[in-house]
Amino acid sequence: MSTPTVSRPHPHRREDEFTGERHVYVPHSVGLPPLGSYMRELWRRREFAVELARTKLREQNFDTAFGQIWLVLNPMLLALVYFILVDILRASDSRNSEFFAHLVAGLFAFMLIHNALTVGVRSVTKGGRLILNSAFPRALLPLSAVITSFMRFLPTIVIYIPIHLASGLPVNANTLWVLPILALLLFLAAGLSMLVAAAQVYFRDLSNFLPYVLRIWLYVSPVLYYADEVPQRYKWLLDVNPLGGLLTAWSDVLNGGHAPQAASMLLGLAWGIGVFVVAGLFFLSREREFAVRL
Amino acid sequence: MSSLSVSERTAISVEDVSVTYRTSFERAPTLRSTVLRLGRRERVVREIEAVRNVTFDVPHGTVLGIVGANGAGKSTVVRTVAGILPPSSGRVEVHGRVSTLLALGVGFNRKLSGRDNVVLGGLAAGLKRDQLAEKYDDIVAFAELEDFMDMPMRTYSSGMYGRLAFSVAVNMEPDILLIDEALSVGDARFRRKSARKMRELCSEDRTVVLVSHALGTIQELADQAIWMDKGRLRMWDEPDAVVNAYTEFLEVGQDAVALEDM
Repeated sequence: MSTPTVSRPHPHRREDEFTGERHVYVPHSVGLPPLGSYMRELWRRREFAVELARTKLREQNFDTAFGQIWLVLNPMLLALVYFILVDILRASDSRNSEFFAHLVAGLFAFMLIHNALTVGVRSVTKGGRLILNSAFPRALLPLSAVITSFMRFLPTIVIYIPIHLASGLPVNANTLWVLPILALLLFLAAGLSMLVAAAQVYFRDLSNFLPYVLRIWLYVSPVLYYADEVPQRYKWLLDVNPLGGLLTAWSDVLNGGHAPQAASMLLGLAWGIGVFVVAGLFFLSREREFAVRL
Repeated sequence: MSSLSVSERTAISVEDVSVTYRTSFERAPTLRSTVLRLGRRERVVREIEAVRNVTFDVPHGTVLGIVGANGAGKSTVVRTVAGILPPSSGRVEVHGRVSTLLALGVGFNRKLSGRDNVVLGGLAAGLKRDQLAEKYDDIVAFAELEDFMDMPMRTYSSGMYGRLAFSVAVNMEPDILLIDEALSVGDARFRRKSARKMRELCSEDRTVVLVSHALGTIQELADQAIWMDKGRLRMWDEPDAVVNAYTEFLEVGQDAVALEDM
């Protein structure tokens, strides 16, 4: 059907779903909004995601002096408790300070994912009125949770550096490997945050048992132990664990001072990008429903 | 204006749009209840055909009123035009910057201050920080909430909520303003003020879509009106004609309901 009075856009002229002065809304093909314009709109509103993340921190009082102390104290206490726990369990010759540095580094990297998920899971269900009232790429909400988590990760770097140096661990060219690993961790965090945020819309109790899933995940990740200490019969746990490869590489670089093994980097790359793409497409295909499911 | 092509003079064109969605009528959908339900083989997801094959367009500078019973699909149409709910079939084209004032108001996070809510809402709507800063004072002044902007919104009264929402929507200087049931907020004085602001907006070269049960408001402000009934476009005409037909229908409908009750 066509109306002669309305000028039809050229078939391959880009149709912008959210942008500027002309908006075209058509049914989503295979349940997905047009990706190009979606990404452009997402980028155009990046300030919103940052501001939302900042507001989230402010809401948790992290803009006050005591709030900031807590931001540093909390991960430090956590690292100390886990170190004592592992040290007691080992019973034999006590662990050295290098192991403590491994545990702290691993724990802080894990907390980056952990915080992104615990903030992200309610990001859509809590954004209720904003979602009901305005059109914007909904992926901004879970992505903002990753920014919040990253902002909370930054002070932990400051805690880690003296521990690293005091343990006599090397700083060399290989240390730069932390950057691609960190990037992959962020992709993983973003993907998982979108996944749980969308799932929470359908299963409101997801956020209740997420903490248990996260705790189990920490225990099967090479944080409280070195990856090469894992007995042969449990090696598969590191491969099926999205964090297995990345945290192995993380410790190789920071603790061993050498370049990560290609296998763990490739595993990390596959998990990081794979989860990001699959979860991202899942989120986008569901986001049309959010306005009627809240 | 006459040099512009037809499509550029049309602010909103809705072509054969249907909106169907599936929603669950559980109180709160949980994984637990889903697992339990699988055992009982029940289904709680219902498909709702909120809007069926609706076609209309709104030229620039026109005020369109939408009337209809509860659940007729008025709000869904407005949300589709706003881009919040993509159509299931058909096509919506909107020319111009849109500002929405839908039934629920701003303030999506009651723990945050009014200022944070206005800023976040504006950024989500795609405004730049400097554009927002420019409008911020006008928004606050119109809402008369100067002393309350740094207080959490949970301390606001419902009238204050409504005033802020109205003020945000009208001060964004949109080309197209979509208003869903949100005119009667605040006290008598603010209501008069907002009515005056609405008349001012409607008399300017601005496109407004107005959903209201206050038929008098529709008759006074609108240039055109549509009447929606059970998701379909029942009538599209002058406001007086639509309101007359609708009130006539309502009286008959109410009688029918009354008879059923006996």
